[in-house]
Amino acid sequence: MYGQELGATQRDGIEAGTEELEAAFQARIDNNERIEPKDWMPEHYRKTLIRMMGQHAHSEIVGQLPEGNWITRAPTLERKQILLAKVQDEAGHGLYLYSAAETLGVTRDDLTEQLLSGKMKYSSIFNYPTLNWADIGAVGWLVDGAAIMNQVPLQRTSYGPYSRAMIRICKEESFHQRQGFDIMRKMANGTPEQREMAQDALNRFWYPSLMMFGPSDKESVHSDQSMKWRIKINTNDELRQKFVDQTVPQAEFLGLSVPDDKLAWNEEKGGYDFSEPDWNEFFQVIKGNGPCNEERIEARRKAWDDGAWFRDALTAHAEKQAQRRGEGVLQAAE
Amino acid sequence: MPSLPDMNATDVVDMARRAAEHQAPRDHHIHNEDLKPALFEWLCRMGDSSLILGHRVSEWCGHSPVLEEDIALANIALDLIGHTQMWLGLAGEVEGKGRDADALAYRRDAADFRNFLLVEKQNGDIGSTLMRQFLFDAWHIERLRGLKGSSSERVAEIATKAFKEVSYHVDRSADLVIRLGDGTDESHRRMQKALDSHWTYANEMFTDDGLDEAVAEAGIAMRPSGLKPAWDALVDEVLAEATLTRPQNDFARRGGKTGERHTEHLGHILAEMQFLQRAYPDASW
Repeated sequence: MYGQELGATQRDGIEAGTEELEAAFQARIDNNERIEPKDWMPEHYRKTLIRMMGQHAHSEIVGQLPEGNWITRAPTLERKQILLAKVQDEAGHGLYLYSAAETLGVTRDDLTEQLLSGKMKYSSIFNYPTLNWADIGAVGWLVDGAAIMNQVPLQRTSYGPYSRAMIRICKEESFHQRQGFDIMRKMANGTPEQREMAQDALNRFWYPSLMMFGPSDKESVHSDQSMKWRIKINTNDELRQKFVDQTVPQAEFLGLSVPDDKLAWNEEKGGYDFSEPDWNEFFQVIKGNGPCNEERIEARRKAWDDGAWFRDALTAHAEKQAQRRGEGVLQAAE
Repeated sequence: MPSLPDMNATDVVDMARRAAEHQAPRDHHIHNEDLKPALFEWLCRMGDSSLILGHRVSEWCGHSPVLEEDIALANIALDLIGHTQMWLGLAGEVEGKGRDADALAYRRDAADFRNFLLVEKQNGDIGSTLMRQFLFDAWHIERLRGLKGSSSERVAEIATKAFKEVSYHVDRSADLVIRLGDGTDESHRRMQKALDSHWTYANEMFTDDGLDEAVAEAGIAMRPSGLKPAWDALVDEVLAEATLTRPQNDFARRGGKTGERHTEHLGHILAEMQFLQRAYPDASW
């Protein structure tokens, strides 16, 4: 899955006496060098990356919920296994990304608290519900498809740990997209009811998937600095166009209709013209007014709160063990 | 990015399945008409317990107390569903009426299920889930250890594969029972409560009946009561380290493995699990 780049990205102000360091830092980036955790970096670069990676990690974690919604109802044992493995991969991606973010001096617990308090966001797509089995196909095909589109360039991002996490994640996401498409193919070629589910899933996930690339370049306030630092490689609109161009022929292959009357091939630009998603809806979803925002955060809060005694117990046991080992060492010394 | 032709490759899963069928060892038990009904039902016992426990464990996906647990629980559920496919697949073959693992999992009603009552129990808190898992894993590992030497080659083959995975399950659940039992006062209290609640359900795993007798006489599987000493030894060791008290009650709740009296929970599990197959019986997925 993936994290939309959201939230304010204003310059924090250049620290006194850091101009030279900044110039050297920028030179390294321009020279395609990777920035590693112990390297000097501008505070704003560090904060921007924490926000991006944290949001990305949160998206993986929250993203378990809409898909997990169908694990117990998967229609065959094999589909159940595939879905379990996929959702497990998403949790694994969350784990790499939190670990990568920790190299910048935050803890996973801090990031979790910020997710639960609403200070940090996750991808808006996971605030949409999964209502029929074809939605699981659509999530893999469209949502993971859009995620890959965003993430492939991030494999070349300037921050080393993020870039390496993305390389691993992209391999798995590409497999996820195939499994999603496989479900869609089966549904689109199935009974009339299955076909209807497939079309319904495409209708509901099309525009939310287009929103995954973030607001239009005209409105995106923070692209310039991020692109200069190579933590963002392509613009939102470039990626959205690429996604539409790739996905429309796949929908045609499935015999499904993309829910856009204005969709048309534009020979001149060598891509499709298409309708923009409803950006008002997008901002409302970000603000908390999407179909499932409350349920998603509530589920995560419940998991966190109900699990407090479990985490405390593991810590307490580890302390007891350490103490016992200490006593053992003392006794041995006596 | 996967290209279209790549995504539309012929069904490799079917190809692999056909190849595997050719390689399956010959096994005279599978074709023994006298043994067939007992063996079929015994295989359902193995498969159904894996299936229902796998279902319960998968309910945690995305809801566990810590990310590592989400990953581990999904992994265990995945293993158990994999075992289900093997056991119920073989059951369908033995039955010889054209039912495959999916037909058995998705098209039988509660009374035809042969899983232990223990695995139907609701998850409760994570401690209850882990205690249930440990009591089951400690049985499962002994069951599979014996089955590796089964006179049925097909059974032995499944057991050998599952044994490797379950060795990891039992290491993990035992370790967590110890850490939570000997953690804080609260965790200790929760784990003792879970143990007390699961205990008489766990005892069902060691009850023998005529069907077990038939399968034991054919050399396929040891009588369940024969698994008890090794189970006791492991459970006692882990509970001692966990500072938990073993309940002194040998009463066994019965009715799961015979299908005579399941809990009320099983019907709800099946209603959820079987929904698509029941609502759209003509569809293929």
